[in-house]
Amino acid sequence: MARMKFICDAERCIECNGCVTACKAENNVPWGVNRRRVVTLNDGVAGEKSISVACMHCSDAPCMAVCPVDCFYRTDEGVVLHDKDVCIGCGYCSYACPFGAPQFPTNGEFGLRGKMDKCTFCAGGPEANGSDAENAKYGRNRLSEGKLPACAEMCSTKALLGGDGDVVADIFRTRVLNRGKGSEVWGWGTAYGKPVQTSMAAPTEVKK
Amino acid sequence: MRGLLATAAVIGAALLAGCGEKPQTLDAKAKGPDAAPWAASASSPFYAADWKGGDKAAWEAQIRTRNQGQNDYAR
Repeated sequence: MARMKFICDAERCIECNGCVTACKAENNVPWGVNRRRVVTLNDGVAGEKSISVACMHCSDAPCMAVCPVDCFYRTDEGVVLHDKDVCIGCGYCSYACPFGAPQFPTNGEFGLRGKMDKCTFCAGGPEANGSDAENAKYGRNRLSEGKLPACAEMCSTKALLGGDGDVVADIFRTRVLNRGKGSEVWGWGTAYGKPVQTSMAAPTEVKK
Repeated sequence: MRGLLATAAVIGAALLAGCGEKPQTLDAKAKGPDAAPWAASASSPFYAADWKGGDKAAWEAQIRTRNQGQNDYAR
């Protein structure tokens, strides 16, 4: 089995926030902590696009690299997890993460910052699978129940795909081909626009 | 001259050191202390209906089935 990955299809996401709700309910995530959130680009403008963002379980995770107490680990399935008994809540991972995944509960005065909390791909933590201790610290361990993350499994438009990276990539590729599209759906074209070749001149950007 | 070349080679190697790619294979440390997801745990009432803990192949098949549940084109 390949590594577990998420991908969100911006053409399908309708910004319902169902994934956010499912995550919070399934894992008893406290107020102020959002393991998953929906980001909308050009909100309110015709053609707006939304994507659901959480920990992407990077193959070479920057949070793992910067953690001064080495509380992160990666499972055989490629899920990046951390040990809350080791975490000191310093926040380095928060600065290192390009997706804003690490979250910190603030339940006191003077900027008190608790231990880091993030998406676990519904795979719990280092405690015994399905134990009460694991549930209390990290939430539900659906992977050990033969299930995939709640956010992806309940997504009503199947915009958010989660699971074996190869399978997820195949599903997304099939969609793109069926739409008759290419890189403009998700890739260079989306990020930078299509270059227009003018005669005898360097490519110029199309105004969006 | 030879010393100059050697110094240039060392500096060049140092400058190019950042261009390499780190191997992404799992090592023992990266795996962590966690038990495998297919390992049998205390009988859970939340197991997927047609799967029981302890069987890696069955777990992978279960995950594949669930994955295809997200695939509109396979229904």
